[in-house]
Amino acid sequence: MSPLAVQICGLVRSFGATRAVDGLDLELPRERVLALLGPNGAGKTTTVEVCEGFLRPDAGTVRVLGRDPGTDAGALRPRVGVMPQGGGAYPGVRAAEMLELVAACAARPLPVGWLLDVLGLTSVSRVPYKRLSGGQQQRLALACALVGRPELVFLDEPTAGMDPQARRLVWELVTALRADGVSVLLTTHLMEEAEALADRVVIVDHGRVVADGSPAELTTAGAEQQLRFGARPGMELAPLVAALPEHCRASEPKPGSYLVEGGVDPQVVATVTAWCAQHGVLADDLRIARRSLEDVFLDLTGRELRS
Amino acid sequence: MTLSPRFAPGTFSPSPGRGPLPRMLLAQTRTEFVLTLRNGEQLLLTMLIPLGMLIGLTLLDVLPLAEPRVDHVTPRILALAVMSTAFTGQAIALGFDRRYGVLKRLAATALPHWSLVTGRMLSVLGVVVVQLVVIGAVAAALGWRPDPTGLVPAAMLVLVGTAAFGALGLLLGGALRAEVVLPLANMVWLLLVVAGGIVLSVDILPGPLATLAVALPSGALAEGLTAALVGGTASWSALAVLAAWAAAAGLLAARTLRLS
Repeated sequence: MSPLAVQICGLVRSFGATRAVDGLDLELPRERVLALLGPNGAGKTTTVEVCEGFLRPDAGTVRVLGRDPGTDAGALRPRVGVMPQGGGAYPGVRAAEMLELVAACAARPLPVGWLLDVLGLTSVSRVPYKRLSGGQQQRLALACALVGRPELVFLDEPTAGMDPQARRLVWELVTALRADGVSVLLTTHLMEEAEALADRVVIVDHGRVVADGSPAELTTAGAEQQLRFGARPGMELAPLVAALPEHCRASEPKPGSYLVEGGVDPQVVATVTAWCAQHGVLADDLRIARRSLEDVFLDLTGRELRS
Repeated sequence: MTLSPRFAPGTFSPSPGRGPLPRMLLAQTRTEFVLTLRNGEQLLLTMLIPLGMLIGLTLLDVLPLAEPRVDHVTPRILALAVMSTAFTGQAIALGFDRRYGVLKRLAATALPHWSLVTGRMLSVLGVVVVQLVVIGAVAAALGWRPDPTGLVPAAMLVLVGTAAFGALGLLLGGALRAEVVLPLANMVWLLLVVAGGIVLSVDILPGPLATLAVALPSGALAEGLTAALVGGTASWSALAVLAAWAAAAGLLAARTLRLS
């Protein structure tokens, strides 16, 4: 048995002239959670659809539970749970009917009533799919992915359109899946989701992996604490740089958003506030923190994650 | 971040496997069948229009038909019902199901791909049976008395006709975008009703159109059912035409069907 739930080497997939995935590599060990993190259009869904066997790769190799999803899809389907982006249900089907249909395809499905209850769908179990809210449709899609007790689940943007309460429920569910030995590959553009759930985060942009590691590795690699603050855009940084200790760097990565790196201590904070005072401005939202995944993404691509 | 344990350990322990094939097929067929009967637009197409035409063409002298009129109208209305359900309704439903990701959702389960089509066809067959019962009952109330010796050939024609129109519905709905399928399926329906041998017998269609109509599944089914239920004879040529359409469209649909 392969120790990897998913193994992708040099995946390339184009749509016409657009190269959606461009030489992507990733590995998801069994019983772990991997988050594919990136902005819209980064190639996340294409990668997942290749793993699900819905798309054929133009180049590269993909193995899911040790098998080729393109040629062994029939053998893989019963073992894999899929939550496609945008749900996927008959517009007129009732929530319970849809879940019962998917459950009928599994040998030992989870109890449909229990799953509806857990996901807060009991009260709408007889409501047609088209009349469910976006969050309810997402939860039904998640239920469909889990009802067959799969070894591996692909969750494409599982919390898109959900309110914070529902999002937390999904996070708890993913945590429980991992604890019970289910491998999870999820896509998201929410860095807090990736940080909260994933053992491993693969950041993709323009179809390529730009970073790969645990959330802790990614956020601490090569970076000390940072000091961030907001102030009037375009202030002259040279006096600040001159006043800071030699090991510190100051920049304005976005207009009105300032960043000091290279070791933050009380003296650095005092220097920054003094510099602001000289300019007659207040350092707004001043905070000292480790880099977030969003910072990592910004550093690697020069773009914001949600762009 | 620490997440509170809401689920007992082992709740989601993997235990995958494929469900029994009959259970999967029955579940899909039942779902599609119920959804068709629950859909107002589909009911209009599959039930109300054929019933309205049955009653109208029987009671109103708008078409030159031999007496008793209901005996000649009913076989054509049965052909119309089969075409409406298996072709037009099926194509439109499939087009929109693809757009809404239903096929992809089902294809991601353990349901074999061939079953995606088989389940739909069985559901169509179920709806056709309901149509036959309802239309037959209304026709009987209007005085319809079919030739008993033609019932078996008629049943065969309905079965093969459903396969032919169903395959054509799959071909159209499985390859084109829903926005294109909707007007196209309705346009083809209207053309076949008027000029394809459904309402107007091929005997009264202009020469070239009559020749064409006999070779169309609409004309073959309507003429075959008329021969069976009025004359009590089996029209093997009509059956052959329908079987040829079913095979050709089925093979083509298998190559062109797209999940989304």
